Amino acid sequence: MFFNHKKEAVVIQVENLTKYYNDFCAVDNLSFTINPGEILGLLGPNGAGKTTTLRMLTGFFKPTSGTIQVKDFSIPEDTLKIKQIMGYLPESAPLYHNMLVFDYLGYVAAVKGIPREKRVQRLKELSELCGLNGIMHRTIDELSKGLKQRVGLAHALMTDPEILVLDEPTSGLDPNQIAEIRAIIRRIGRAKTIIFSTHILSEAESTCDRIVIINRGKIVADDTTQNLKNLDGTGASIVLSLADADPEKALALIRGIKGVRRVEQKKTESAGDCRFEIHCSISPGSSGSDTNHNNGQDHDPGRALYLAIRNTDWIITELSHKTRSLETIFQELTRGN
Amino acid sequence: MMQIAQIAGREFKDYFISPIAYIVIALFLVLTGWFFFSTFFIFDRADLRGFFALLPTVFSFVIPAVTMRLFSEEMNVGSYETLLTMPVTFGDIALGKFFAALGFIAAMLVPTLSYPLFISFVGNLDPGPVAGGYLGALLLAGGFCSIGIFASSLTRNQIVAFILGSAMCFTLTVIDKMLFFVPASLASWVGYLGADLHFQSIAKGVVDSRDLIYFLSVIFLGLFATYLVMQEKN
Repeated sequence: MFFNHKKEAVVIQVENLTKYYNDFCAVDNLSFTINPGEILGLLGPNGAGKTTTLRMLTGFFKPTSGTIQVKDFSIPEDTLKIKQIMGYLPESAPLYHNMLVFDYLGYVAAVKGIPREKRVQRLKELSELCGLNGIMHRTIDELSKGLKQRVGLAHALMTDPEILVLDEPTSGLDPNQIAEIRAIIRRIGRAKTIIFSTHILSEAESTCDRIVIINRGKIVADDTTQNLKNLDGTGASIVLSLADADPEKALALIRGIKGVRRVEQKKTESAGDCRFEIHCSISPGSSGSDTNHNNGQDHDPGRALYLAIRNTDWIITELSHKTRSLETIFQELTRGN
Repeated sequence: MMQIAQIAGREFKDYFISPIAYIVIALFLVLTGWFFFSTFFIFDRADLRGFFALLPTVFSFVIPAVTMRLFSEEMNVGSYETLLTMPVTFGDIALGKFFAALGFIAAMLVPTLSYPLFISFVGNLDPGPVAGGYLGALLLAGGFCSIGIFASSLTRNQIVAFILGSAMCFTLTVIDKMLFFVPASLASWVGYLGADLHFQSIAKGVVDSRDLIYFLSVIFLGLFATYLVMQEKN
């Protein structure tokens, strides 16, 4: 995974952002920053305030209170300038449905101030980039959802903006279309700062450098995917099944291993078999490969466990590592909805 | 400036993509043509007074039908968000849509230029009132367009926008005929609000600054109210 933690000036700085709809608080005191070149995923259940946050970032909504700083500009004073350096794809790409794709993109180019003689050239580049070659002459109305989304992406990319804001760019698409959109995002994402919202966790995991999870308008997590998974060490556990073993002795043996925090005994069908879920305070299976996350120690509870059991005459029928998936983390953080 | 022209151009073309434009134009021409010419030969006068007398009433219903979609449809489809996140100001959007609607009404009036042409063949037509009438028609259309746009900005439902706009335009058209309902002390003030009065005065061929100021202020107030509504929504 690619991290960009060089402490250059942050691209977007959001502080104490709050938005009320009448009495309803949609976004509550949100603060976060986005570094240049970063791909930030905004996660949260429906109604958590993702879209509202993005709409305030793009100047469509005015915040009730709080500040948004984009490069040297701030909302609301320089909203117009921010709109010029930001490309935005709203949720489900609402476009003028009775226009031709070519006419629509030509209009967008004109409004965004691309000089007349460069417009056709730019449209050609975009049609190449977003795969619009065969559909330029069709009305937006008759396009499939995936194609509309691509036209929306072309709209957002028109002026080659430094910052790209995408609101659920893959929602409602089939797996092939999702893959296409993701490929486009990855292609354009190398040189740009991207913030996008989604509720597809695998998507966030595979494309984002950093994830911000919000729930009920509040930030509940803001970290890299890796760090989120190892949030407090509870993420790692080992599932162990033994045959021909004495559960009492096995339990004692496992408890004696360094790095084991808690052991859960599971029910098994036949006597003499036992099954444990072993929660470790040190990530198993990660020593040697990536020492950042196990506090710099090269002790591996999984290894120690195997070595200890080798000295007995029990038979290991299952030994597997279980890491906390982003999904469980997400559910834990946003539970109670 | 550029942005206003682009938005106006897009909206103007958009009218002619959908069949609504042709229906509205056809309806307008049939209605005014019938009512004007059915009495034209009875009066036996070579002027367009009968045609211009119809315009405020007809415009009260035709123009809100033309402007109702300008904001309502965008808000309903969601393209309003796309539009607002482009580098344009609220003023650009309101003015762009206003000029598109006004341009459409002007295009609708073009075929009626054949009336003075044909009348000039059968009688001695005074060009002054005709020119004044068309200038007045444009000013009246401008005022009603800005009211219609304001109505459209209030709601995402086009029918509601149409009814609101019609009600406001029709009120302005008939208010100077309702003066016996208002106290005598207010009568002259309320009478001044009547669009029909100002329009007929221009249509006589007399371009009075009071009438110009009236229509320009209606246009300004309508667009400014639209601007305030947009700001409020955001």
